[in-house]
Amino acid sequence: MTADRNLRRSPLHGVRDRLATLSGAITVAEVPFLAQINLRITRRSEPRPGGSTSDGDVDVLWLGPDEFLVVGPPGSEQRLISAYSGPEASVVDVSAQRTALDLDGPGVRELLAFGCSIDLHPRVFAVGDCAQTVLAHTPVVLQRRMSGFRVLVRSSFAAHLAAWILDASPDLTAGH
Amino acid sequence: MMLIPCPWCGPRDESEFHYGGQAGVAYPADPAALSDAEWARYLFFRDNPKGPFRERWSHSAGCRRWFSLVRDTVTNEVLS
Repeated sequence: MTADRNLRRSPLHGVRDRLATLSGAITVAEVPFLAQINLRITRRSEPRPGGSTSDGDVDVLWLGPDEFLVVGPPGSEQRLISAYSGPEASVVDVSAQRTALDLDGPGVRELLAFGCSIDLHPRVFAVGDCAQTVLAHTPVVLQRRMSGFRVLVRSSFAAHLAAWILDASPDLTAGH
Repeated sequence: MMLIPCPWCGPRDESEFHYGGQAGVAYPADPAALSDAEWARYLFFRDNPKGPFRERWSHSAGCRRWFSLVRDTVTNEVLS
């Protein structure tokens, strides 16, 4: 790709400033342009179902019994494709499919509980766990990280999700 | 709202699933040999019990896998 990276606009470029105004109970930041590789392979035991593994700057998220999402830093697509290619693997670059939101703060679980039906208590959904589920009527991949949650959301749904977060967050901020 | 136990993802909200109807409906061994009535019976006729019913579900908002479970159609209790 010889395209000027400065011309790229992330799905949430337009609401970046408004998301940045959230502070206190909840902080939200888009992590744009992550490299994402969809990996279909039957013989792979790691990560376990419902889990994810981290190795340096690359996360591998479990999506299904033979399906994984490899997430790396922007620009690492070719490196990841080379690393995971094999005779029994289907490796597809899906980087443009989703953008990422990192959510943190003491009110983040309460916020997610407004729009997500799964139990996100640390006893049930610990660091490293991930789930494909529905958040605010939007299909997402949810990953519990050392600090807060990462929400991988389809690019075309990202603006809706951001608007929902901006709408739901002030109530929580007022309560803390 | 039901809580449906996905064998891969654990208990999830009913809204994450698609319903697949009765489980164990075998495809006819020789479809061409069937009469219209027999073919219609295969396509459209399903049990409709009051009580335990073995049925197919797809976790479409999650791991996207199909599985079978037994649900009591009176109480919506998942039996296995």
